Amino acid sequence: MGKHVLLIEDEPNIIEAIRFILSREGWRVDTHSDGTTAYDRVTAVRPDIVILDVMLPGRSGFDILRDIRADTGLNGLPVLMLTAKGQVKDREMAERMGASRFMAKPFSNTEVLASVRELTGA
Amino acid sequence: MIPFDVLVAICLLYVALLFGVAFLAERRAAMGLGGWLRSPAIYTLSLSVYCTAWTFYGAVGYAARSGLEFVTIYLGPTLVFIGWWWTLRKLVRIGRTQRITSIADLISSRYGKSNALGVVVTLIAVVGTTPYIALQLQSVTLSFAVFAPGGAVPWAIRDLNSSALTVAAGLAVFTILFGTRNLDANERHHGVVTAIAVEAVVKLVALLAVGIFVVWGIGGGVTATLDRIETSPLAGMPIQPGRWIGLTFLSAAAILTLPRMFQVLVVENEDERHLATASWAFPAYLMLMSLFVVPIAVVGLAEMPPGANPDLFVLTLPLAHGQDGLATLAFLGGFSSATSMVIVAAIALSTMVSNHIVMPVFLKLTATGATMSGDVRKIVLRARRVSIGGVLLLGYLYYRLSGGSEALAAIGLISFAGVAQFLPALLGGILWRGATRAGAITGLTLGFAVWAYTLFLPSFGQGGVMGAALLAEGPWGIGWLRPQGLFGMDGLDPLVHAMVFSMGANVLGFVTVSLASFPNPMERLQAAQFVNVFDHSAPGQGWSQGRAEAEDLLLMAQRILGPDEAQGLFQRAAADQGKQGFLPDITPEFLQRLERELAGSVGAATAHAMVSQIVGRSAVSVEDLMKVADETAQMMEYSSQLEAKSEELARTARQLREANEKLTELSVQKDAFLSQISHELRTPMTSIRAFSEILMAGDGMGPGEMRNYSRIIHEESLRLTRLLDDLLDLSVLENGQVSLNAQEVALPDLIDRALAATVGLQGGLAIRRDPAAERVRLMTDGDRLSQVFINLISNAHKYCDASAPELTIRVREGRDGVAVDFVDNGSGIPEKSQAIIFEKFSRLSDHRKAGGAGLGLAICREIMARLGGSIVYLPGQGGAAFRVSLPRARAQAA
Repeated sequence: MGKHVLLIEDEPNIIEAIRFILSREGWRVDTHSDGTTAYDRVTAVRPDIVILDVMLPGRSGFDILRDIRADTGLNGLPVLMLTAKGQVKDREMAERMGASRFMAKPFSNTEVLASVRELTGA
Repeated sequence: MIPFDVLVAICLLYVALLFGVAFLAERRAAMGLGGWLRSPAIYTLSLSVYCTAWTFYGAVGYAARSGLEFVTIYLGPTLVFIGWWWTLRKLVRIGRTQRITSIADLISSRYGKSNALGVVVTLIAVVGTTPYIALQLQSVTLSFAVFAPGGAVPWAIRDLNSSALTVAAGLAVFTILFGTRNLDANERHHGVVTAIAVEAVVKLVALLAVGIFVVWGIGGGVTATLDRIETSPLAGMPIQPGRWIGLTFLSAAAILTLPRMFQVLVVENEDERHLATASWAFPAYLMLMSLFVVPIAVVGLAEMPPGANPDLFVLTLPLAHGQDGLATLAFLGGFSSATSMVIVAAIALSTMVSNHIVMPVFLKLTATGATMSGDVRKIVLRARRVSIGGVLLLGYLYYRLSGGSEALAAIGLISFAGVAQFLPALLGGILWRGATRAGAITGLTLGFAVWAYTLFLPSFGQGGVMGAALLAEGPWGIGWLRPQGLFGMDGLDPLVHAMVFSMGANVLGFVTVSLASFPNPMERLQAAQFVNVFDHSAPGQGWSQGRAEAEDLLLMAQRILGPDEAQGLFQRAAADQGKQGFLPDITPEFLQRLERELAGSVGAATAHAMVSQIVGRSAVSVEDLMKVADETAQMMEYSSQLEAKSEELARTARQLREANEKLTELSVQKDAFLSQISHELRTPMTSIRAFSEILMAGDGMGPGEMRNYSRIIHEESLRLTRLLDDLLDLSVLENGQVSLNAQEVALPDLIDRALAATVGLQGGLAIRRDPAAERVRLMTDGDRLSQVFINLISNAHKYCDASAPELTIRVREGRDGVAVDFVDNGSGIPEKSQAIIFEKFSRLSDHRKAGGAGLGLAICREIMARLGGSIVYLPGQGGAAFRVSLPRARAQAA
């Protein structure tokens, strides 16, 4: 299992923060900030884990998650969802749709790191 | 020859006997006994009040003068009773169902309870009856005179006039004592009717006795008498067809319209089935009364000296043959005929006068309303007594004025023709629904006027009321207006002439005006009630129904009040009557009590109608029906109010539902808003937390990164502060809690201030202005307006995507106010987004360029609304273009 993360997020400062945290631990971090093309990027990059924001320009994170879960070629790909909305119903929705984990913003850096490790078995 | 004093004594004894009969009859009626008193026989005998002194004495005189023509007087009533039986039944039924008290009451009631009509009919009846009463006075006076021969003039017969006055006064007292002893609610006089029946027997027996004496005692048997008739002048007297037809018609009309006939026929009727008996028995009575008229006349003409008054043959023939007893009996027969007529006529007229003239005037004067208190009863009785006196006085005056010399029959016919004027209104009223009040008044008035002009006034004789010249040449010498030769109709008999013209005018006026006029609702209702009386009334019911009625009443009461209450009510009523355990008697008190109880549940009118229908003696009257209709109308009113209320409820429910939907929608919006705010707050917080944790850990970081991360934290905290400021601002604006500080400001200063505030942001944005056009002074809150300008300028800075960004600020003064346009040279806002840019959090581009949370334009819109102006997006201006408008009231030329 490699250490390759695809971060789908549109907020530049948050991208920078997560990139820093993970790359410091030896992860390769690819980033993508557009919702519309995010799924294509996932299939192209074939990361070990996807960190997915819900509020994205063009397409919602939930829609991207649905595409990922519908794609048998991406079977078992862990998806860690991040959302700033933080409402209970969003969490439920994410879990129902097959998110591996759901984290509300603002998050703790160590928690993100731990979750990524746990989900990838690294 | 019996002494005069003895005759007077016999008279008084006879009167006392009649009193006794009347008194006993009233007693028995009050006790509910004496069914025979209400037998058809009594009813039929009471109808014989038609046969007055005129018939008793006058018929013989009539026959002696005019031959068989007297028969017409009996022919008319006979035809009515046999052929028009159904008309009588209808009158009787109407009389009972409408509680009719007189012919005036019937006619006024039929034509919408018109009081005017009641007065007209009463007046005509009084005037029309006056000659008839005079006739009775005359005959009684003459008959007294017969017993006071030449030399020995007794105390009462010094001259005929004063004796007539005595007779009139005596009859008045007699009638007052008889007819107004008490005030019967339904105007029935059982005692009087019984006394009159006795008189009917007396006069029939007397006339038959005289007839038998004349035929067998003087004439020598039937055959001999018939031979005498063959050879008498009567046999040669011509029959005038015109008079025959006219007289038959008049007497037929009279049996229906004479006030006294109406009284006995309709008002005093107990049971309409009695008519069945009367329809043959009364004609039979008339036949018996006329049986010996011709023999007496023929024998009288042959036996009595020439010049003897044939009107008195009935008396003088027995006297001449020394038959004092028979003469006395004949005298009593004549006396009976006269008194019965006067009593009934006076009672009928006094009822009419008091009900239609005195009471309305009294009630109007006292304005107390129709409370039938003891006082009012006293006044009614007094009014009746006075009008009885008045009627007899009028009769006496007529007797004096007309000279007292006319033949009895001629006077009677004047009366007949007078009251016949009621016939069109009466028959039209019960047969023709189209007859109207106006028609009835017109017909009656015309007919009465013509009758008075052509017959009544001339009857006083030449030099009486009308001068000889007027009679001979007409008023003002106009020949065709002569009273007895209208339109040149000279050949006619005066009576037939008067009848043709008065009835013609009457019928013509009645029909034309009825057709031309429009009945009011009350008239229509009454017309329907009268004309269709058989459709909605039960035939007369007997008296022995108390039990059945009580049971029916109990059944009805149970339905309305409930069994317990109804039975309790009946038991209490029975106990009060001393009849524990039985049904109570149907007394008026009990009925009133029951009605009161029922009225609590169903309304007074309905209660009255229901009770009346069961008790049956009085069917439901129009007033009852109208009251029921009123109650129904009130109920409908009430139910329509309920309907309105339930409509209101439905409306309220709808409004509540709408409000609820709105609240739900608002709640959804609030959730979305909270979710938006949460997102907008958490995003910068995320960066701040992440980088502060990185900085705290402190490892693996160069100084460049450290500085960069600190800057991010700083920027994001500023962003948070801005967001919070905007949110608070918007909240204040939306809730209307903002206090505006309006003062006079110069527009150029405001724009300068806005540009200065955004100078740090402007970068390469070029500003184009037209200082000349900007010279406008405004009365507004300058800080708030410049906040809008700052927003627009910074938006242009942030979003204008032209390579050489440029913002043009144009000021335009229009008639309505001032418009400030901010137009940049970028690509503008896509058409599909133009509608939402003023909504909260409607940030279109991504966060990288936009520093705000997407509340700016929402805040601008709120500010402009508070300032009384507006902000709109102007499409098609090349770049993004916004127009800020302020109304004239807030804008002033600088």
